[in-house]
Amino acid sequence: MKTASRIYTALVMIFLFAPIAILLVFSFNESKSLSVFSGFSFHWYRELFRDSETLGAVRNTLVLAVSAALISTVMGTAAAVGIHKLKNRYLRAAMDTVTNIPMINPDIITGISLMLMFVFVGRLFGAATSLNFATMLIAHITFCLPYVILQVLPKLQQMDKSLPEAAMDLGCTPMRAFLKVEIPEILPGIVTGLIMAFTLSLDDFVISYFTSGNGFQTLPIRIYNMTKKTVTPKMYALATIIFFVILFLLLLSNLVDEETAQAVRAAREKKNARKKG
Amino acid sequence: MKRKASGSLALVQRLALAPYSAWSVLFIVVPLIFVAYYAFTDLQFHFTTENITRFFTATSVVTDESGTREVHTYLLIFMRSLKLAVISTVICLIFGYPFAYLISKASERTQSILITLIMIPMWMNFLIRTYAWMTILQDTGIFNGFLSLLGLGRIHIIGTESAVVIGMVYDYFPYMILPIYSVMAKMDVKLIEAARDLGCNGAGVLRRVIWPLSLPGVISGVTMVLIPSISTFYISQKLGNGKFYLIGDAIEGQYTANNLHFAAAIAFILMVILLFGMAFMQRFANKRAAV
Repeated sequence: MKTASRIYTALVMIFLFAPIAILLVFSFNESKSLSVFSGFSFHWYRELFRDSETLGAVRNTLVLAVSAALISTVMGTAAAVGIHKLKNRYLRAAMDTVTNIPMINPDIITGISLMLMFVFVGRLFGAATSLNFATMLIAHITFCLPYVILQVLPKLQQMDKSLPEAAMDLGCTPMRAFLKVEIPEILPGIVTGLIMAFTLSLDDFVISYFTSGNGFQTLPIRIYNMTKKTVTPKMYALATIIFFVILFLLLLSNLVDEETAQAVRAAREKKNARKKG
Repeated sequence: MKRKASGSLALVQRLALAPYSAWSVLFIVVPLIFVAYYAFTDLQFHFTTENITRFFTATSVVTDESGTREVHTYLLIFMRSLKLAVISTVICLIFGYPFAYLISKASERTQSILITLIMIPMWMNFLIRTYAWMTILQDTGIFNGFLSLLGLGRIHIIGTESAVVIGMVYDYFPYMILPIYSVMAKMDVKLIEAARDLGCNGAGVLRRVIWPLSLPGVISGVTMVLIPSISTFYISQKLGNGKFYLIGDAIEGQYTANNLHFAAAIAFILMVILLFGMAFMQRFANKRAAV
């Protein structure tokens, strides 16, 4: 039984990683062939770094992802606090439904719906093209917001209600109690939300495709345009770099997770020790 | 004094919701109304049901690489999208469910390593993942090279429905595993032990204990694979050579041709169908949970 599950795990991993491994190997291919490896070279990496359009797209993607992540995290955290305090059952249900819409709807519908509105409003003002960086930023904030809210809201619900009350009893103003007690309690949720928003924005193609103007190209859109024609292994070099960046980020976040877990454990032990003493 | 201060805090907290409320109405609700508005109007924004009837009656002509023209009605295109998406979802479930179970049974360290490994391809852009399969499955690609090395001869797979299904399965496989795993990891082992103590055999435990408890994970996994598969357009373009025109291709094609009203109509119909499907699945889940 144990060997059977090992073999199964290995097969799944081969299925998941074989295509990526092939991209990696052929990015170092000397020739243009995608099936015969003729020799090792950094040729395609050099080509990639000479491609100003792709480099511009990388910069655009980062600018967009950072802006969208920051704005959606601030707005989403505030929204989670507001939703948490919402007493009216119907208002709460309405909020939950609206928040769920961008997550349930296929990306293509979210993209089309925003595009239709932008085009309509643009035409009202007589603009020839109404799609640009601003429309893309709006779209990205919109699809990131629900993920931020869903990360922060559970943390608010798990928080001990008596904590801010205790702070106020001890003379904190409500605002100070919120900033000094509630915010640190929900901080892990806020950080996870921020990271999620950032990666979602970085990775999005479908919604960006419908809401981007001609002038503004993100990396996924650049990849789409590159793969429209016959592709040079330049794109493989790009994929390889992305792979290693992701690997690095994931390992880093795992490390941070472990460290926070350890810190929490240590703090808890100290607290317990104090209680006993 | 204190009451006044806490009153102002309550006000601040209520105001905290204001930007999001405005945002979600403006950029979530209103755009969906625009989909319906475009779907039911013509170019001069006069009311018409023509776009909707066109979906059920009109045909779209697809010219593939070899120059053969194929004629489809949009309804048929939708049925094909549904068929390929369901096949992909079932394959993901059949292979993903046991794998999620295996992970949940491993040691804590192995669990976190395996989950990280599954997430790496998920974080790579799906365009790149799909493109990788295109190079693998080509007639002169690695897959065929491998087959002929084994003496099995070459097969033509790119541009077939199988290639599209392979792409969908590969792209969305992690989305099936992760939600099922997260439910299984939280499952109370005592329940399984109790079932065994009461004389249930392996299959019985699976059918009566593990499967019903993991159902919420299965449902969210199925939605997370089915919805993107049904609405994709890149996978069918690259792996189906544009021959397997799916509903996503239809929307994208109308968008690029600047037929915004018909694109909106297709999107509107897709949205309504998915909404009903989802409501049905939710009711099914609730009923099962009640039993």
